[in-house]
Amino acid sequence: MGAVLQFDKISKLYSLRQVGTGTLSRDLTRWWVTTVKKQEDPFLKIGETNVHGQKGESEFVWALKDVTFDVEQGDVVGIIGKNGSGKSTLLKILSRITSPTTGSINVKGRIASLLEVGTGFHDDLTGRDNIYMNGAILGMNRAEVNRKFDDIVGFSGVERYIDTPVKRYSSGMKVRLGFAVAAFLEPEILIVDEVLAVGDAEFQKRAIGKMQDISKENGRTVLFVSHNMNSVLQLCNRGIVLNEGQMVYDGSSQDAVKKYIGSLTSKTFFEGTDGNTNILYAVRTSVSSPGEGGSVYQSSSPINIEMIVEVVQKIGSLVIGFNLLSQYDYPLARADYNDVSQLHSLEPGRYRVSFEIPPYTLAPGTYKIAFDVAERNRKRYTTDKSALYFDVITGSDNFGHVFPDITPKKLSIVHEKWIKGVEKMSADS
Amino acid sequence: MASSKATPQGGWDYVIRPERRWFDMDLRAIWAYRDLAFMYVKRNFVTLYKQTILGPMWFVVQPVMTIIIYMFIFGGLAGISTSGIPQPLFYMAGILLWNYFTDCFGASSNVFVTNANVFGKVYFPRLIVPLSGLMSGLLKLGVQTMLFVAIYVWCRISNNDFSANWSLLLFPVLVGMTAFHGFSWGLLVSSLTYKYRDLQLLISFVIQLLMYATPVVYPLDAIPEKYTLVISLNPLSPIFEAFKYGCFGTGVLSWGGLAYSMFFLLVTLVFSVLVFNRVERHFMDCV
Repeated sequence: MGAVLQFDKISKLYSLRQVGTGTLSRDLTRWWVTTVKKQEDPFLKIGETNVHGQKGESEFVWALKDVTFDVEQGDVVGIIGKNGSGKSTLLKILSRITSPTTGSINVKGRIASLLEVGTGFHDDLTGRDNIYMNGAILGMNRAEVNRKFDDIVGFSGVERYIDTPVKRYSSGMKVRLGFAVAAFLEPEILIVDEVLAVGDAEFQKRAIGKMQDISKENGRTVLFVSHNMNSVLQLCNRGIVLNEGQMVYDGSSQDAVKKYIGSLTSKTFFEGTDGNTNILYAVRTSVSSPGEGGSVYQSSSPINIEMIVEVVQKIGSLVIGFNLLSQYDYPLARADYNDVSQLHSLEPGRYRVSFEIPPYTLAPGTYKIAFDVAERNRKRYTTDKSALYFDVITGSDNFGHVFPDITPKKLSIVHEKWIKGVEKMSADS
Repeated sequence: MASSKATPQGGWDYVIRPERRWFDMDLRAIWAYRDLAFMYVKRNFVTLYKQTILGPMWFVVQPVMTIIIYMFIFGGLAGISTSGIPQPLFYMAGILLWNYFTDCFGASSNVFVTNANVFGKVYFPRLIVPLSGLMSGLLKLGVQTMLFVAIYVWCRISNNDFSANWSLLLFPVLVGMTAFHGFSWGLLVSSLTYKYRDLQLLISFVIQLLMYATPVVYPLDAIPEKYTLVISLNPLSPIFEAFKYGCFGTGVLSWGGLAYSMFFLLVTLVFSVLVFNRVERHFMDCV
């Protein structure tokens, strides 16, 4: 074992201007300064970090800045980050499509990249020809493709259309075929960039399985870029988080995903007043999990939800509770202060109401808690002001794999312990 | 050749760096990707006349139409001599090599622009594409050579004024030289135009002009003295003349001219491949 890839201070500068007359004068200036006067490139200094929403002064932007890390043989590295964080640029440099502005990468072994749908497919050629063409583009010779041909066709599931021009294929068929070629090429290093999103659920599952085989059985290295955190968690043993072209985290995929999701919309704490200060209002709401900071919790940990409510006037049918909603604002579950106690009202005063969601209840995903402090059937006093957001990821014990995680649309959301018993039956009964 | 594989440091297969040195070139990689070149040839052939009724017949139809036009303009209106060779045959000889030259040039000069899509997604030695262009052109050349032979035989039956001679054996060499002239000029153009496309707009005009500076529609000995120097500076001229000499026994077979052409070819070939090699890494940021 040992490092098969060494990224050393990789940076990439992009020009935002269009190529035109201005470019020529700039090229001449650069040539004059660097070649004739032997000084440093004046345009390299003024790059700014890559913040999309912000209008920069400079017409250059660092898509990547000083990214340094090593990849060991057999590592499955998930590279995650927001759109425009430099993930694809990094892979493009690695697959030699473009060159870095500064820095270097040491490479050991053959790299095959699966960057976009149907890389190098030619529409007028048949599926068969395209397998050879694609294999050749990825560096396979004819004999190698011949050896793998049946496997590739079998995996992609396009037997029937193998002699049909690829332009008649659906986009899903193209991806399957493209993935199959790259996966069976047996490269020492496989680069996979977001391609799985196009295939259907069944194919995604098979693709993930194939990538697991590639890394586990054959000890090959995989670099995987995805926005699907559950695929990253399932597949990768290591995660790298990029933000605005810089590497902000390098460690286990669990922690990387936590770090990344935590940087997105999340809110685990509210303090203030939400409601009517003369009647009823929430003072504080919080969500937390023992032993876990931030807003990303492992499914193996319980989740504690707490609210402090000020009851100013006594209300006949008082409601204090919360709705648990999915990231698409779909209501999933409901809990109330009187679920067990059968209370209908509370005397004026300040109350702390606590809830606990037991471990392994929620599937991985993003959740919203909307607090509900109200007079039944009359008026809700709390608003979205006090609402909280958190994420659940697969626990490090991997016990959470009870859901079809890799499908973007979850089939199940709540995992309940409805099991009554497992008993061994004797053979003769 | 300092191949990147020849300079491993600490057991690395290769190192990705910002700048590539002039001679840092991996010719072995091109050989390793030869199957890709053949797939490209196949693709070019399959797609060229896809959804046409005549299909590869167009290989024949095009030159025949060109011959008719030349017979009308150069033979009829301008009355340019063909050294006593039947006009269709004489023009066909010129068209044969000239078409191949422009095919090779075209395939090489458009590499970056026409393949930006694939080049943007995956790496392989970029030279594979223009090289496969040379091979695809060979196919067309083969078909047109058969047409040439047919016209030759047909003209020979009624006319005994000309005959082929031993120097026709040079044909493969002449074809190779034509191919690589087109290849190296094309590469140079593509390297120069990937960023600033001004030159591209000029180039079709230059190529057209070049045809008149090459003995395609006229024999070298038919041109006025004062232009001889210009025409013989054109490295394509000796090739065309040598071919016609081999076929008809008329014109000039100039060994000196061929040597000059070969020398010119080697210099431009090395230069353009080096420039191309240096440029190919940056072009994706500019197209």
